[in-house]
Amino acid sequence: MFARAKEIASSLLLTELVKGLALTGRYLFSRKITVFFPEEKTPQGPRFRGLHALRRYPNGEERCIACKLCEAVCPALAITIESEMRQDGTRRTTRYDIDLTKCIFCGFCEESCPVDSIVETRVLEYHGEARGDLYYTKPVLLAIGDRYEAQIAADRAEDARFR
Amino acid sequence: MTELAATMQGALQGWFGPVWGPHAWTVAKSLAGIVAVLVPLLLTVLYYQLVERWVIGWIQVRKGPNRVGWKGVLQPIADAIKLLMKERIVPAGASKGLFFLAPIVAVAPALAVWAVVPFAPGWVIADVDAGLLVVLAMTSMGVYGIIIAGWASNSKYAFLGAMRSAAQVVAYEIAMGFALVGALMAGQSLNLTEIVMRQDGRYGLLEWFWLPLAPFFVVYFIAGLAETNRHPFDVAEGESELVAGFHVEYSGMTFAVFFLAEYANMILVSTLASLLFLGGWLSPFPAAWGILGAPGIGWLLVKIAFFMFLFLWVRASFPRYRYDQIMRLGWKVFIPVTLVWIAVTGVMMLEPLASLPPFSIWFGK
Repeated sequence: MFARAKEIASSLLLTELVKGLALTGRYLFSRKITVFFPEEKTPQGPRFRGLHALRRYPNGEERCIACKLCEAVCPALAITIESEMRQDGTRRTTRYDIDLTKCIFCGFCEESCPVDSIVETRVLEYHGEARGDLYYTKPVLLAIGDRYEAQIAADRAEDARFR
Repeated sequence: MTELAATMQGALQGWFGPVWGPHAWTVAKSLAGIVAVLVPLLLTVLYYQLVERWVIGWIQVRKGPNRVGWKGVLQPIADAIKLLMKERIVPAGASKGLFFLAPIVAVAPALAVWAVVPFAPGWVIADVDAGLLVVLAMTSMGVYGIIIAGWASNSKYAFLGAMRSAAQVVAYEIAMGFALVGALMAGQSLNLTEIVMRQDGRYGLLEWFWLPLAPFFVVYFIAGLAETNRHPFDVAEGESELVAGFHVEYSGMTFAVFFLAEYANMILVSTLASLLFLGGWLSPFPAAWGILGAPGIGWLLVKIAFFMFLFLWVRASFPRYRYDQIMRLGWKVFIPVTLVWIAVTGVMMLEPLASLPPFSIWFGK
């Protein structure tokens, strides 16, 4: 009986509502955590999974040996590989395409690669303006790898002790 | 100011002659009053929207819009230009005439009510004796805009939104009306200026009607939230289930006009709450405190700003009511509470009680 009366009194006096307002009122003056993206950036870890790249060995030879493990493991079927024997008898890709509109950036391709050829870089600011702009082909991926090789190598070195 | 008015009056007499001169003066005076009220009102609506985004952002530990102009102060101008430029799309199945009539019906009463709202003694376009009745009549007109919009859009979402809005406004109009009845009982007048002047006295803050009419005060503000279809009663828009409710099909300027009506109504509810329950332009301090103790439009603006902030604060804090809960609150809580308190107010105003303290503070005049 008494508890019921207390409940009615508290609902008539809007105590719960006032408590809620007090809480949000406190947050009104709290420090804001917004990060203004183009000017400020959130920190990235060495395992960040961004845009893909194909790497080369220091002597300029491309790493990929067309084993197609990445193509097999890709859950989104975003990778297409065709290969044939090169003049010197090694197996190389003639086609290595990643459809970034299909890719889910899971990083399985990177993990499955026995020669650390396909990697995901820290790059996340890229876009396409026409249909097909996000369909990346082998020369494009190799060019990305060449451009960011220093960062990619540093990230792999940092992560190496956990592998 | 009075000199300028006298010169204007004389000039109009000269131009239009003794027969048409006074009428020309009346028209000119009313037009000047309308401009003086509506221009600040529309600017407030424009910037209220920006402040709303800021306040909600701050409460959610964000910073809110800050890109357009210094700290984002030009954001509402940019929004207005965008809405003006956008195409007005009419759905193929819509009733075209009603479709364009709806925003006008929504906005016209929202602006017309301001004719009877006083900002300081004598600062009112039309000092109507039944001012409170005009307010009630005009605010209940606004819902027709929403209903017509929902009907004319020929869309199930808009229609459901309009139906919800109609039922909700009917339910809360009654509680709101009873709250206003309490205010007019205590103020012993329907004229808004007189109701405010009744709250004047030597106790300042304690003389205002929020104290004896506390339940009406709370019910009026909450019913005002529901009347303007604001959070937590905004099921007429109900993004999560009705896309945007009654204005799904509206775009560009027609949408902006609905927006304008909603915000003008919010400011109106804030203004009426300050006039009826918080002593309008009266100062909360004793008259001996010089400039702080003097009544003036500044105090009214402070009180309006407080209620306008409360609208945003409530929106940022509470989840939306379920529809049956809205109906329960309106019919089974607010109406009984207001009815009981009308009787209590009557008893407080009865003669032996009315001249005894503390009741003599409010009812002994």
